[in-house]
Parts: sequence; structure tokens; C-alpha cells
Amino acid sequence: MADELIIAGEKFSSRLIMGTGGAPSLEVLDQALVASGTQLTTVAMRRLDPSSQGSVLEVLRRRGIEVLPNTAGCYTAGEAVLTARLAREALGTSWVKLEVISDERTLLPDPIETFDAAERLVADGFTVLPYIGDDPALARRLEQAGCAAVMPLGAPIGSGLGIRNPHNIELIVEAASVPVVLDAGIGTASDAALAMELGCDAVLLATAVTRAQRPDLMAAAMRGAVEAGRQARLAGRIPRRRYAEASSPRVP
Amino acid sequence: MRPAESSSTTPASPSRFDVVVVGGGVIGLSVAWRAAARGLSVAVVDPAPGSGASHAAAGMLAPVSEVTYTEEPLLGLGLTSLARWPAFAAELARESGQELDLRREGTLDVAFGADDLAALGELGAFMEKLGLPVERLTGRECRRLEPMLAPSVRGGLLAPDDAWVDPRRVTRALRRALAGRGVPVLRERAAEILVAGDTVTGVRLASSPGTTADVRPAFSGALDTAADARPSPDTAADVRPAPGPDTAARVVNAGCVVLAAGAWAGGLAGVPEGVLPPVRPVKGQIMRLRSAVPVLSRCVRGTVHGSPVYLVPRGDGELVVGATQEELGFDTRITAGGLWELLRDARELVPGVTELEVADVVAGLRPGTPDNLPLIGPTGLPGLHLATGHHRSGVLLAPLTADLVVDGLTGAADPGHPCSPSRFEDRA
Repeated sequence: MADELIIAGEKFSSRLIMGTGGAPSLEVLDQALVASGTQLTTVAMRRLDPSSQGSVLEVLRRRGIEVLPNTAGCYTAGEAVLTARLAREALGTSWVKLEVISDERTLLPDPIETFDAAERLVADGFTVLPYIGDDPALARRLEQAGCAAVMPLGAPIGSGLGIRNPHNIELIVEAASVPVVLDAGIGTASDAALAMELGCDAVLLATAVTRAQRPDLMAAAMRGAVEAGRQARLAGRIPRRRYAEASSPRVP
Repeated sequence: MRPAESSSTTPASPSRFDVVVVGGGVIGLSVAWRAAARGLSVAVVDPAPGSGASHAAAGMLAPVSEVTYTEEPLLGLGLTSLARWPAFAAELARESGQELDLRREGTLDVAFGADDLAALGELGAFMEKLGLPVERLTGRECRRLEPMLAPSVRGGLLAPDDAWVDPRRVTRALRRALAGRGVPVLRERAAEILVAGDTVTGVRLASSPGTTADVRPAFSGALDTAADARPSPDTAADVRPAPGPDTAARVVNAGCVVLAAGAWAGGLAGVPEGVLPPVRPVKGQIMRLRSAVPVLSRCVRGTVHGSPVYLVPRGDGELVVGATQEELGFDTRITAGGLWELLRDARELVPGVTELEVADVVAGLRPGTPDNLPLIGPTGLPGLHLATGHHRSGVLLAPLTADLVVDGLTGAADPGHPCSPSRFEDRA
């Protein structure tokens, strides 16, 4: 049986969700997306005219990658709801990655505005995937509010600091019955593998690939890391021991 | 020295030109000038010459400080073209009698905060690996070079060979030089490329004669209405088509057409689907400030908490602050957020900018391509040549582009050149 990621009934064989920000050119982005094997990719609606030719949307359409509009750049629930509605109208999708940030320096998500926007968007028929801090209580509340997934950060956006609080990510995974997508903070392949080993259902990343010296190669590395981490999670890791245990059978 | 303008307004327009250039920005005008210098008969078609991306551009000739991962081919083009700039500028200044304000004091790239400094350090290592001449400077050394920099500057990279020029002076000088050579710059909008059999025969002009008020349609190459409406001191250098059988039919006959219409080059009628250049508009908002005394002595760029900004000083006290990069189609609205970001970041670099007068605010459309490299040279349609897709590097790449296009027009194109349009034609 295929090991698929299922969000709101939609099935994806790839567990790597990509972002599009930061690539030096559309061609480099295109190559990276192909190398990543992604089937779902976020696009910042505030920095894009969906009707214009030759945009990132055209790259996604050509590659058959589903578009996940996000509300990046919004500071209030009101702006985020408005942006999501504009995206739904322009792109014909009711999916939205909800992102409401609290300040420019950290770009950390504002939990109160995010929750407020999530409630309103769910009521309005959206499939909401909120970007949040690594807060198990908030994750649970958002799930109860009807979000289709929760997307806790590993570290601030673009920081490449990896997963700063693996314990909280595990707690979120443990309690969640919707998919958990590790979003933001991934710096290199081992970070993505760790997210999957911790039990996340998918990883969302952009900067680690788009700003790498060779984005296509890093995208391939991330694809492999997500697959490896997922397999390791399913396989079940051995318990940690203080002392050695010989792996070859002892001669009686 | 300066060609008499009165004589240039009545050129003997042939009924058929060797070359008609569609688009009168820095690229189209440079191509026309070099083609005319090579002895070809040339005409330029643009409803508002020099008012598009060239009018907005800061004019940085900075291939070293603009180098980016994955873009080594663009670096190579930039270095080649930069090396041609001094001779290009000297000849243009001589022929036009105009000063271009070409300056060669380098670019200083500065960082604030540990994160930006670390990123700049990585960039420096990349530049050194590529063998580029750069000097790493401490914050103090940066401020010794540029005392108006904020005290919080942590360090910098000096690219001493980078240069800059005033693009508005360049397009003005090019129009003077063209006038001196009797090259007509028709203030008209190209409506369609004309093809007979499988060969280009010229350009059909839009039905209503172009005026400066009529620059919005697709191939104007013009953006900034305030500037367009301003009477240009060089209007006399441009001419209306001379009355004759060809212009009565609103057709300019030519052996070759060079499509240099910038962001608008992607949709000109008459060009076959597979040959149309894949260019898209990339919006840039840019601001010009004015000070009585020079604030900076060289180009300064910086990353302020991850957000890039540059400041370009002119000889006349103007300070250019740029520029946003937005993917919003043919939108040239100036926004509060765009200006705020520019000023916010410029003030971090040079706190004193808040004292300066705002002289000019423009939004221009860069012609972007999928790989950020321009499209230069002959296409699959015989007689149609491209000179577009220069994105952020139009001014820098103008001398090289003009040479490459003229090579193509005279049958000496290199089909394997990285800018060859053939790299996209197979994909259509």
C-alpha cells in the first residue's frame, strides 16, 4: 500500500512541500522543484499577479504541481482573510497556508491573529493550513477549530537553524489527528530527515533550497532526506542504550 | 563637436531601411547607434523613447557586486560589457557632446548585524573563488571611505572595478548621436511585425500616430506618465515619419527588425509563437533624492536584515535609491509599501537620507527571462533579431548587446552564445 500524505482528503505521494521565495531565476526554481519531486508548492499571493504571463504560477502549472497560496506578509487577521479570499478568487482553490506574522525581525507567527483568522476562514469554507510556533496547545486548538493540518516551525523563517525544540514537535505530533507539517527553519538535509523521524507528516521548505549554491542539488538532497526520515519513522528506531550490545551472535 | 540639431531633423529617410529597431530604450538606441556606425541604414520606432525601464534604471555597472549563486554566465557577460563601457561612453560623449556621468569608483556592499555580515562573508568567499577583485573591509574602514554610513555598519566588501552611469543621460546622448547620423527615431507605436513568405519585411505602425499621451498600449515601452508628459529637450532630435508612400500606409520597410521593446517584447503581433521572446515584466520602484552636497562618493549597497537596497550618487547631487522587485504584470503603480521599504532600508544605511529632497519616484518594468539572461541575436524567423530580456542589467549590457546584435545583422552571429534566442525556441 502506498504511503501517502493525505490532507483534507487530497492524496500526495511526495511529503515535501516547497516554497518559491528566494530563487535567483524562474529556471533555477523550475529545476529545483523538479528535483524535489514536490506535488504541492506555496506561492505568496501578495507578491504576485495571478493573471500575468511567465510567472511562477506558469512554472507550477507546467510541472503539474498543486498551488498552495499563502498569506505571507500579513500582520493582522483581517489582512490574511482578505488575502485568502483574493487567492481563492484568482486561483480557484479554497486551500490556504495561513501565515500571520508578528514582527519583521523574527517573522514569528502571531498566535492570536492566526487563530482568529483560522476560525473565520474555516467558517468561510477554506481548507486552512496554519503556520504556527512550536506550541502544542495552540496546535490542538487550531485542529479543534477545523484546520486541515498544522504547520509548526522548526526555527524562524529563512534562519536555517533546524529544529530548535524537537520535544515540542513530538508533543504536537503525538496529539494531532490532522497532518503535522514542519514549516520553516530547515537548513540542510539532516534537519528535514529529523522532522520526519520525529513523526511529522511532511516538511515545507524554501530558503534552504532556493538560496543554496546549487539549488537543484539541495532539492534532491531534501527529497532523499524526507523519504529517508519517513522510512526511519515507519521502521521504528531502536531504543537508545547506555552501553554496547554486540550485533553479531555470541559464540556459545 | 555637437551635431547641429536643425540638420538632424530632416534626414533623408530611405523607403526601405536595412534595420528597424522596435524600442528606443538604452538597448534599442545603442543597437541603432552601433548599427548606423557600421554603415547600415537604421530607423527606431518608439512612441516615447527613453521613458521605459531605462528611465527608471539606476545605471549600476556592477557585475562583481551583483554576482549571485547559479548566475556565473551573467557575471561573464557583465564583465565583458563593463570592459567595453569606457570606450563606448567616450565615443558617445564625443559624438553627442553630452556628459554621461560615467564613474568608476566601485561599489561598497555593507552589512548590518551578525546575520547580514555572515551572509556577506559567504558572498565574499564566492567572489574570491571566482577570482573577482574584492576587498573585505571592517566597519571602520567602510566609514572611512563613506563617512555618512551609519555607525552600526559591521563590515563590507569593496568591488573597486564596478562603475555606474546616468541612464537618462545615456539615452539622451544616444538620441543626439542618432540625430547626428540622420537616424530617424519615429515616435510611433509598432503594431505588428510584417512577414512575407518566411522573412521579415518591416513593421506596421499603430493606426493612430503615436503621441506622448498615447503611450499605454502594449508596445510603448513607456511607463512614467509624469516624465513622458514633460517636454524633452531632445524632442527635436526625433522625427515624425517623412510623408511618402510607405509611411502613408503606416509601414516601415526593412531588411531586418530588431525587437528591443523590453518587457513588451513578448507579445508583438506578427511574431510566430515559437519565436516570441519569453519575457515578463518585473516591476521596480525607485526613488531619486537630491542633496546640495554629495552624500556618497561611490555606489553603496547593503542588506538590512535580509532586505537589499542600493544608493547611487550622481555628480549633480542626485542620490538614487532602489529598487523593489515585484512580479505583478504590467503594473506600474507606485505603492506606499514600496517607497516605505526603500526609505526604511536607505535610512538604515545612511541616516542622513531623511534630510534630502524627494526629486523623483518612478516604477519601471524590467524585462525578465526564465534564466535571467538576455535574448540577443537572430531568431528562427529570418530577419527578426532580438535584443531584450536584460532584466536588471540593461544599462550594463548595452555595449555588449549592441555589438552582438550588429554581429548578427552582419551575418556574424555566434549561434552557441549563451544569449542566443534559440535556447528557448525549441521549447515552444
